[in-house]
Order: sequence, then structure tokens, then C-alpha cells
Amino acid sequence: MSAALTVWVKGIGLWAPGTPTWHAFREVATGEASPAGNERPVADVLPPNERRRAPESVLLAAAAAGQAVAMSGLNAADLPCVFASSHGDQVITDYMCATLASAPAELSPTKFHNSVHNAPAGYWTIATHCHAASSAVSGGEESFGAGLLEAATLAVADDRDVLLASYDIAGTGPIGGMTLTTGAFASALVLSPRADGAAIRLDITPEPGNSAGEASGDAWMDGLAASNPSSLAVPLFHALAAAHSTALRVPAARGLDLHIDVETVP
Amino acid sequence: MPHPMSPLAVRAFTATSALGRGLEAHAAAIAGSRGGLAPNDFSTTALPCWIGRVAGVEDEPLPGEYAQWECRNNRLAWLTLRQDGFIDAVRAARERYGASRVAVLLGTSTASIGATEEGYRRLENGAMPDDLQRPAIHTPHSLAGFVADVFDLEGPCLTVATACSSSAKVFANAERMIRLGLIDAAIVGGVDTLCDSVLFGFNSLELVSGEPCRPFDADRNGISIGEAGGFALIERAVEGDTSPLFIGYGEASDAHHMSTPHPEGLGAELALRDALARAGIEAGDVDYINLHGTASQKNDEVEAALVARSFPATTRASSTKGFTGHTLGAAGILEATLTLLAMRDGVVPANLGARTPDPLCGPQMAWQSEQADLRIALSNSFGFGGNNACLAFARQGASA
Repeated sequence: MSAALTVWVKGIGLWAPGTPTWHAFREVATGEASPAGNERPVADVLPPNERRRAPESVLLAAAAAGQAVAMSGLNAADLPCVFASSHGDQVITDYMCATLASAPAELSPTKFHNSVHNAPAGYWTIATHCHAASSAVSGGEESFGAGLLEAATLAVADDRDVLLASYDIAGTGPIGGMTLTTGAFASALVLSPRADGAAIRLDITPEPGNSAGEASGDAWMDGLAASNPSSLAVPLFHALAAAHSTALRVPAARGLDLHIDVETVP
Repeated sequence: MPHPMSPLAVRAFTATSALGRGLEAHAAAIAGSRGGLAPNDFSTTALPCWIGRVAGVEDEPLPGEYAQWECRNNRLAWLTLRQDGFIDAVRAARERYGASRVAVLLGTSTASIGATEEGYRRLENGAMPDDLQRPAIHTPHSLAGFVADVFDLEGPCLTVATACSSSAKVFANAERMIRLGLIDAAIVGGVDTLCDSVLFGFNSLELVSGEPCRPFDADRNGISIGEAGGFALIERAVEGDTSPLFIGYGEASDAHHMSTPHPEGLGAELALRDALARAGIEAGDVDYINLHGTASQKNDEVEAALVARSFPATTRASSTKGFTGHTLGAAGILEATLTLLAMRDGVVPANLGARTPDPLCGPQMAWQSEQADLRIALSNSFGFGGNNACLAFARQGASA
């Protein structure tokens, strides 16, 4: 049976505690290095002023997205983009709800406009002069897979290269007690409907049931994958780092997994 | 490049807003040019403004089986789903295609943040109070999770949260998935309810009017915030389809500013051109446009100029936010519903609230209600972050 969606990977980006770039993550995944340090995400796509003021969610998403677009060699201005996040910026949500509970009239206008779920998509399109379609999506605990399905669908349906960025940050305050997210993680892919010399192909087929999520046995990887919903991307990125053909499942909704055949093209 | 799309059938649709519950309440209010705005009696601290509030939400808790989803937003979702035979239409689609072939694709801006706000107002030892210790409602995906649970669906389930374009963009998500054969039907739509976040948030940006909003009035001075829910069931159209048709959509980004539209309406125009191209129509084919028209100074200025320069005088255009207020993430589906009703009934909604037309407005503006044969219509939605969407529909039985 042929896959429902076939896309080629043209660019990869990642930020995780201890591996601030895709290259750093790949070295850890292949056993050539250990995770080290906890560098801030480098979102050099954003103008310096915006970078200084940007909330953590925007920095994180833009850092991963910037790496993926740079690797692809494409112009970010031309790429429709999908920004996926389960919970958005929980630090801002915590601020908003705490301020509304004590002094609602003192709410910061900047914090309010940064509180929208599409703030990273908005800042990204402004910084890259991208007039293509942009979206911000959530799929609950399955946000990464839901975003991947949406981005691959968009790439194939409109026959265009598409940027996917997926991020979540650590929870804080009472909202953090509900989301149980313990760390930040972001990943990004530039997905293309055409091979054009790309080295990795993803054959994606939605399948009923949720059987994804078995542990890899690598304590660091498994800890990372458990830190927030967006880091459910870790097994896929681990497979991309290994650079050999394999198959895995990524949850995309309640009762729905994506079966993904990762094919390396010689 | 936009691919021309095959028309899809809007098999069922419904909305609930300050105008009432279900389609006939909306049709009657539009026919009588009766708005639903009232002085703000919602915010936890006084805020002098007008709001579009859905009556009775607080008196109708969710049935016990959905207790974990209890909150104002999901109550309004449940209220909305129960109008116009919508539940039966979805159940029939599930029966026809199977639980994994029907997607839930919903837009919202704040989802159930009202419940999170409430938790922060009555924290217990610094944590959410016991009755609100329900993670499923403290996340943007609460609404879509609830609706998927109600219908026991296991297809793609996605929340689009691009502020005020959210529940328009979900029509595009549905078209792509249906065209590629990933699904056979989709529930699209969205719900946003009143909460302190939006009332005090827009107030902090000085965008809230102290009186009922007046879209495209020369002296307009800000928005009125409303709440609404709306849903549509989208499937492939069949030969001789008698349902209204969804014939095109456009999506684009301003790349200009987080909370101010592009001064020349660049993103809005790109979304419009994209929608016309996908629908295979020209501006002259458009009989009616339901405008975004929030009554904010800049947004209306940009949209008025775009309509004046892009459409013939015969195209009719109006904003319905004077009726319902700006229902934020639910605006796209509410206004799509009002657009479908305008075509069904041959009634162009009045641009309620405006007294002195902004001179930027062209002859397209329908200041008062009009009777007209409306075969093809557009609905515009623009959101924070410069996120634009435009939907194109054709009337029941009208060929695109």
C-alpha cells in the first residue's frame, strides 16, 4: 500500500537543553558527543530589537525554524509555515491569569499581543517578509504529530515547500501544574513534495490507534521525549540523525498515529 | 500556487451568538436589522463597553458524561452543536465513513482560558482549585478535544489558533485533507467565549469602544467583543448537490506588525486573490462580501480601500460585527454562517451601527439591509500577527 503523503526533508532544526542545534543533537544521537550546557536559543532570524524583547516561545520556535530554513537553502519569504505548540507560551499565560486575578486594568498590552498562540508565526513572517500562508496549531498532547500531518498535507496539496516548527516551553505557576511540562524543546523541518536531491524521504500514513511511544532505552533521549508534548518529535529526529531507513509511529490525535517510513535516499 | 479546487458541499451548518441559538434566530435578526449588543455585565471588574453575550450559557452545565470538559467555552460548543440538527448530521457522516475518516478541525483564539483565569482567582495553596484540576481544559486544544469526544471520532483533530482568522482557516485545512483522500468529511468551525483575557487585553491596546461598535463609520472608535460558536460539516459535493457549496479560500500573511494591519492591505489582498483563483472566479462574479470590519480605525480603513478598488459597484458588502460584536476566534465561522444565510434568504445584512459613512468606502457598501439575488459570496477574516483568510461560497444549486 502506498503512503498517504510522501514528503522529502530539505531542512532540519532543533533546540533542546544540552543540544542547542540540530548538529549538536545529531552528534549526541550518534554517540559522538554528550549533551552539554544549557544555551539560550539563538534566533538570529529576528532583528536584534525583537530578539531582545521576544518571549521564550518565539525565540525557541524561531531558533529551530531558522536552522531548518538555512539548511534547506530556500528563502523563508517563500515558505508557507505551520507553527505547532500544545500549550503556547505558558509563562505569558501565567502572567496574564495572575494579573487578571489581581489588577486586570494593569494588563500589559505587549504581553497581551504576545499571548496569542500565533505570536511565533507572526514574528517569523514579519522578520522574514513572508507573505505566504502561516498557521498556528495545537493538537493537545499530540501537537507534534498533528502539526506534522498538517504541514505534510499542505506541502502535497499545494505542491509547495513548507516549514513546520513545533515547540513547547516549561510550565510555570498554577498552569504549569496542569500541563506538567518540565523543559523546553523545539524542532523544525522544511518539507518538500519533490525530491530535488534531498537525502531523506518520509512516507506518512495515518493509522487508527495509539501505539506510539515505547522507550528507546537511551536515558537522555527518553527524558527529553517526556519533557513536553512537542518533544514527542524526539524519536523521529533520532531516526533522522541515524540516517538509515526505519519505520516509526508518531501520535497525531486521540486514536490516530502517523506511521512514518523514514527512507534514506542514497 | 493556488490550485483550483473542486467545490465541497456544506452538508450542515449552525451558529449561536448574541443573536440567539441556531440559524433561524440569526436569519430573523438580520432580516429585522436587530443587533445583539448590550452593556458589559460580564467582566469580573467593571469595564465600560458593550458586549455580544450569549444568553443562558451559565444556566446549562454540560451533561455529566462530559464533566471533565466543563467550562463556559465547551458549554457554548455543546449549546451550538444541539441546534439545526447538527449532531444528527455528524452522526450520519460517522456512520457513513467511519470514526477515523471524519476530522475535527476547529478554530479558537482563547478556548477555555476563562476557566484558567477562574482558577487563578481562587487558587488553593498556590495551585488550581480541586474542581478545576482538569488538564484537558487548561490548553488551547480543549474545544477540539471536547468535540472529538462528543462524537467519539478518531480522525485528524486539530485546533487552529491564529487569533481572529482561526475558524475561517479551518475550511482550508478541511479542503486539503479531503482533496488528498485523508478523510471523507470534516467538522469545521470554532467557539470563543467572553473572558477577562480578551476584554482587558483589547482594552490594554485601547481598541475597545465605550459604545456599540460602528464598523466603517467615519467616527468609529473601536471594537465590541462578543462570543459565539459555529460549526459546519464539509464533504465532497456530488452531481446536482443541493447543499450550499464551499468553492474557494485564500490564506496570506501581512508580514507587517503583530497588532496593526498592513497599511495597503497587502496580506488581505493576497488572500482575496488566492480565494478567487482557487474558486475559478473573478471579482465581478462576487455578489456579496461579509467584511471583517471590526470598527477599529486601521482595520476598516484598509479593508474599505481594498473593497473599493477591487470590486464593481454591483458587489454588495457589509460588516455584521454591529450585530454580534467581534467574536474573535469564532468570527470566521459565525460570519461564514451569516454569509450562507444571506445567500439562502436573498438578504444583504445591514452594516449595523454606522451613521456617517467613512469616505474611503466605495459604492459596494450596503449601509441598510437590501434584497438581492446572491449566488456567490465571500467572507473575510483577519487576525493578529497579520494572519488573513478569505472564504468563497456559492448558493445552494448555483453553479460556481
